[in-house]
Amino acid sequence: MKRRITIDPITRLEGHGKIEIFLKDDGDVENVYFQVPELRGFEKFCEGRPVEELPQIVTKICGVCPGCHHMASGKAIDAVYGVEPPPTAKKLRELFYMAHFVHSHIAHFYALAAPDFVVGPTAAKAERNILGVINKVGVDIGTEVIRQRRIAQEIQALLGGHQTHVVMNIPGGVRKGLTEEQRADIEGKAKGFIDFAKFSLKIFNDVVLGNKDYVELILNGPYSLTLHSMGLVDENNKVNFYDGKVRVVDTEGNEHCKYAPEDYRDFVAERVEPWSYLKFPYLKKIGWKGFVDGKDSGVYQATPLARLNAADGMATPLAQTEYERMFEVLGGKPVHSTLAMHWARLVELLYSAERCLELSTDPEITGKDLRSPLPNIPNEGVGIVEAQRGTLTHHYITDDKGMVLKANLIVGTTNNNAAICMSLKKAAQGLISKGVEVTDGILNMIEMAFRAYDPCFSCATHSLPGEMPMIVNIREKDGTLIRSVIRRN
Amino acid sequence: MSENSKPKLKMAVYWGAACGGCCVSVLDVHEKLFDVTANADLVFWPIALDTKYADVEAMEDGYIDITLFNGAVRNSENAHMAKLLRQKTKILVAYGSCAHMGGIPGLANFSTKDAIMKRVYLENGSTENPESIVPEVSHEVKEGVLSLPEFYNDVRTLDQTVDVDYYMPGCPPQTERLLEVFMAIVTGSELPPKGSVIGALDKGQCDECKRKKSDNKHIKVFKRPFEIEDDGETCFLEQGIICMGPATRGGCGCRCIEGNAPCRGCYGPPNDVPDPGAKMMSAVATMIDADEPKEIEEIVSRIADPAGTFYRFSLPGSILRRKINTDI
Repeated sequence: MKRRITIDPITRLEGHGKIEIFLKDDGDVENVYFQVPELRGFEKFCEGRPVEELPQIVTKICGVCPGCHHMASGKAIDAVYGVEPPPTAKKLRELFYMAHFVHSHIAHFYALAAPDFVVGPTAAKAERNILGVINKVGVDIGTEVIRQRRIAQEIQALLGGHQTHVVMNIPGGVRKGLTEEQRADIEGKAKGFIDFAKFSLKIFNDVVLGNKDYVELILNGPYSLTLHSMGLVDENNKVNFYDGKVRVVDTEGNEHCKYAPEDYRDFVAERVEPWSYLKFPYLKKIGWKGFVDGKDSGVYQATPLARLNAADGMATPLAQTEYERMFEVLGGKPVHSTLAMHWARLVELLYSAERCLELSTDPEITGKDLRSPLPNIPNEGVGIVEAQRGTLTHHYITDDKGMVLKANLIVGTTNNNAAICMSLKKAAQGLISKGVEVTDGILNMIEMAFRAYDPCFSCATHSLPGEMPMIVNIREKDGTLIRSVIRRN
Repeated sequence: MSENSKPKLKMAVYWGAACGGCCVSVLDVHEKLFDVTANADLVFWPIALDTKYADVEAMEDGYIDITLFNGAVRNSENAHMAKLLRQKTKILVAYGSCAHMGGIPGLANFSTKDAIMKRVYLENGSTENPESIVPEVSHEVKEGVLSLPEFYNDVRTLDQTVDVDYYMPGCPPQTERLLEVFMAIVTGSELPPKGSVIGALDKGQCDECKRKKSDNKHIKVFKRPFEIEDDGETCFLEQGIICMGPATRGGCGCRCIEGNAPCRGCYGPPNDVPDPGAKMMSAVATMIDADEPKEIEEIVSRIADPAGTFYRFSLPGSILRRKINTDI
């Protein structure tokens, strides 16, 4: 009897992600499809708008990571006008962006990732959420998580204007500067971020790395994909979120390419599948070889782990030490375990906190020169930043008045669309087979494969019980429901 | 009032075509969430809770006391959920700009479904699609049939899809306003008439704005934001920058203006203004400092993208609803 399993997580990217698992007659997994059922069409309706309005329009792509779109858009517009913002403006943008990363990475680790590790991947579902984490590690820590996230948000609101949909960037710079009093306040908060990031790494070390089963799950669970890794690097090939070139390394860590934003189309192409509204990017020089991994596959990952794989190190001292330790424990670079993304995310949290402090103590940060003049006729520009969930590319073409003719966007999670499909298939194949009852624990362990990507449809759960709801319908091939497994918080 | 003396409110939050920002605005009550949960049971909230569509379908009609529906109606799934939640809910609130007026996704009504599909899947700068594949509502793969919701030609507001009780504007609504509305409902305050805008002011944005303004605005030339050195203090319109303040309801705290960016109208028009674009056109007309038709025409022509700016958040809910002839 041929069976089909539908997993409907009821959370979103630009809509609800839906997973279809097809089983063979003998009960083994035949294939898995990850579908994104929604489209809004930003690339079309950005046309005709004045290009300087785009940083405020594209934040509406995602209300959870609006700052990423605002930054990529701001940089794309600088490029459209062919200008470099003054040093103060660039540093203010990056300072905002580091606070955005601190906020997002804290939320992901504690609300989404920690329940699986701190409480346990197959623990009782009622416990496997942020409240369970708090029970395990203490209420004070829960309070501290909320406090640090809020502080990071306050910095974003101060620098970005609007607390959600930022209005900071204007062609050639930013709209608002920083006073000395505000700067001193951020400096103090940044020190708090560093302490909290160190503390978070300690929790990971004690709870996850101190448990042999978890280390075994990270290293040898059904969660590894051998793929190319992508990430933005500075001139020393160190991880950078705001600026630099995109570097891709192959499955053995050798440089596949390193490109400036404006050359992205020489290196990345997107494929369309008729069963999903979300496209599937791949490395153009290799080409699309299907949903397969290995050195010859064009599928790549753009995640915290991919960023660390693609770079030669971190630009701040404490994060560099943690970077070295992670690769040492996991057996050297590059690492291909999907679950190591959680560790990489914490290394990035520490980097963001350290960089926040560096920028807040930079003498130029309170400078008054916030905008460069725009002497050139606008035409075309590409802006790339690292979003929390992957490399983010915005490309605009305008007429000579700066009115948008075309816009192209490759967003963070989109990069990982094919990899997510493959991770899900691998996890499903490793966990579901003939005679195995599909339990709540198994569902959670399948879900862990895509939770690791922090895909944007899960960023939704950042603040509350960190568990994605799931329904699995097991049906006859004709659609008749045989049984339904429901996983609740 | 003892919290145990009366049944808790049953509350739902749902998203249609949205960015998640409205749900984040609900989450941003931070520790006040405990005040909310002390007074209400959240019975359906896909961002945070595990209740599935089937659970909602199983509820009795009118089971949910209040639903905050955010997001526009962009596809068949959004429409289905809007109808389902209407049936199950006593008070249905269009929460946020997209449900209220169409919001930013509503800008797609300047275009068509076909044009969007063409741009995204066929003509996009980085897409390699020699077989001209576009996503299909139903597609047969070798293992079976996969389905997707139908993408509509038009973006619709919530009240163009189902009957709506109240509107709470903003992109997203201010969290403080939500708490005020919520506590008013919890304490049993008398609710305004059906169809009212709640969680916002009756007066206009300009009344709230702290920027310096004079009564007589004389505009000789409209500029774009990067063409001026904003002094951070003077009314944007008086500096020649289009600001949607005159056509926008107050209540947001002028967040964008505090960030030195002009208003784009996410709170929608005040009570006495039926259409934000029409209001903005008349507001602009009174400010133009010229008498000669040619000079007036010259000044007006400097406004970049008037339709996309005056209807930035409101095209589907406006008197225009969409662009009719999309070939021009």
